[in-house]
Amino acid sequence: MMNWLQNLGRKGLLLFEGLGRAAIFFVGMVGGLGVALLRFRLTLREIYSVGVLSLVIIVVSGLFVGMVLGLQGYVNFAKFNAEESLGIFVALSLVRELGPVVTGLLYAGRAGSALTAEIGLMKTTEQLAAMEMMAVDPMRRVFAPRFLAGIISMPLLAAIFSAVGVLGGYFVGVGLLGVDAGSYWSQMQASVDFSEDIVNGVIKSAVFGVACNWIALYEGYDAVPTAEGVSRATTKTVVRSALAVLGLDFILTALMFGDI
Amino acid sequence: MTTRFIEIMVGAFVAVGCAALFMLAMKVSNLSTLSSAEGYHLTAYFENIGGLKVRSPITVSGVKVGQVTGIVFDPDRLQAKVTLLLEMDHDYFSTDTAASIYTAGLLGEQYIALEPGAEDETLKDGDTVEFTQSALVLEEIVSKFISNVASS
Amino acid sequence: MPNPDAEPLVEIRDLYFSRGANSIFKGLSLDIRRGQITGFMGPSGTGKTTLLKLIGGQLFPSRGTVFVEGHNVHALSRGPLYALRKRMGMLFQSGALLTDINVFENVAFPLREHTKLPEQIIRDLVLIKLEAVGLRGARKLMPSQLSGGMARRVALARAIVLDPMMIMYDEPFTGLDPITKGTIVTLIKQLNNALGLTSILVSHDVEETMSISDYIYVISDGEVVESGTPSSLKQSSSEWVQQFLNGYPDGPAPFHYPAPEYIEDLLLGR
Repeated sequence: MMNWLQNLGRKGLLLFEGLGRAAIFFVGMVGGLGVALLRFRLTLREIYSVGVLSLVIIVVSGLFVGMVLGLQGYVNFAKFNAEESLGIFVALSLVRELGPVVTGLLYAGRAGSALTAEIGLMKTTEQLAAMEMMAVDPMRRVFAPRFLAGIISMPLLAAIFSAVGVLGGYFVGVGLLGVDAGSYWSQMQASVDFSEDIVNGVIKSAVFGVACNWIALYEGYDAVPTAEGVSRATTKTVVRSALAVLGLDFILTALMFGDI
Repeated sequence: MTTRFIEIMVGAFVAVGCAALFMLAMKVSNLSTLSSAEGYHLTAYFENIGGLKVRSPITVSGVKVGQVTGIVFDPDRLQAKVTLLLEMDHDYFSTDTAASIYTAGLLGEQYIALEPGAEDETLKDGDTVEFTQSALVLEEIVSKFISNVASS
Repeated sequence: MPNPDAEPLVEIRDLYFSRGANSIFKGLSLDIRRGQITGFMGPSGTGKTTLLKLIGGQLFPSRGTVFVEGHNVHALSRGPLYALRKRMGMLFQSGALLTDINVFENVAFPLREHTKLPEQIIRDLVLIKLEAVGLRGARKLMPSQLSGGMARRVALARAIVLDPMMIMYDEPFTGLDPITKGTIVTLIKQLNNALGLTSILVSHDVEETMSISDYIYVISDGEVVESGTPSSLKQSSSEWVQQFLNGYPDGPAPFHYPAPEYIEDLLLGR
């Protein structure tokens, strides 16, 4: 019994220690954002590796998710003779939920894991320590530009995902199943509100961008500097980012649409 | 990988992302449909608005011409005051136009249908629609029907 | 010949450091003199690398102070600490080159970060330093294409590109073939004399360290066991130092990890 309690206490302390370190890390990174903005060339490189390189998976997934929504929506709306509501269904699901959330999950798998591995490797090969000894602050030179790049990329990726998804739904619903094109768009426009749906979706994806990049960079920074440690950290990044995205999504949805 | 290549790719990425946002704003959402700058407001008072909401559509002969922008209860008239926003080019509503709240389908959304009258003068920004018909509330109809049956 | 009575550049006073329950330094006190090559020797795991990180201000001691040029390293705020670090070069065991840029850019990195020199001057400075380590021809290679010795030489060029006052070498000879080892030994010696540097050398390669150091500290168990010039060290009366210098497998430092009696242990299995 004592043992069990001791164990619990130790785990608790470790948890708080980890949270504290992550918070300090976050503050350091935010402090470096000014430099990342001033030396935007550094950030540009990172936007390329987290944003541009994630584009293919985002576009392909967005297309398929949109097509599935079109198909499922059509089958079910057809039961109530309400096919013209298909546009609303596709657009609202994408803009409010699926766009930001699926983009966040894909981002964690594609870009987040790569970030963790890269940072972990830099730590393992003493590159971060070497920078510190060269009087170059890794927070500003390495972490802040990657963080900023992620925050910029995520909303753009989510918007691309949603837009491609709406087109995918259009392709299936209007192109293949014969829903009227005019009602697909007009019903959509009548029900999707710019400030309530689109802007909230962008806010959501920006929040996911902060969370995913924070987790990915911190796990790399905190990785045990061995090959095994880095691979573990990469796994942790994907698992924790996915949980963070889903958890945050619930909280944000409740705040934005839930009238709680 | 040259810096130039990266810059071009990132530029293209940001452009595509912004285009996607633009499409979501203009094509998917209601941003393009109406903004108060390019429309005019009318006011209408209803005894009961039923399930009418802000952003509910306003139609003429089934064609959408505007939307509801505000619903408040007016304590002086003891009625619901509904603000309508109509597109600028639909400026042909005569002063005796009637506004009714209908339901699209059996369970569908509620909307306001406008029926132009015979007067020559037309409604201007800030005018009030005089003739209104409230929403049909299912319970009221049912209870009326029952009392009619009972009394006859 | 460097002056043996030069004033100290680095003074370490009563330094305590521990990692978890493991205490690594227990009241270390020593001086590192200007213009000299000071060697630190000791068995693996005695915290030689930790000592360099403490001098560089990357780690904080639990007690005691480190003075570099009269500044207490661990009391400096960020700005002055970074200014001080610009004047310290450090050569990591692995080289620690930045893997996403080529040799030239690696050497140019500190210049680009800390100066606003025009491109032409940066190019000249980098080529001068690369020439000094004999790798001017390798400037276009990526770090992954370099051998261990070459990577260390590039890292050395990078460490001296800002013309520091001192360089810290962390295990510069480990894992190199004899020729490359010889090259590095010569380079360290040459750079120290030509640039008027102060060098701190951490190694467990006895022969190489003895051959180039002006003064040597032998560290074990968190304390200085013996110190002196290489020649005086060879005369040391300490059995432990003799074992370490000559590499005898058994002696005061036992061959066996602490264990119960061998015979008993074998019989226990029955």
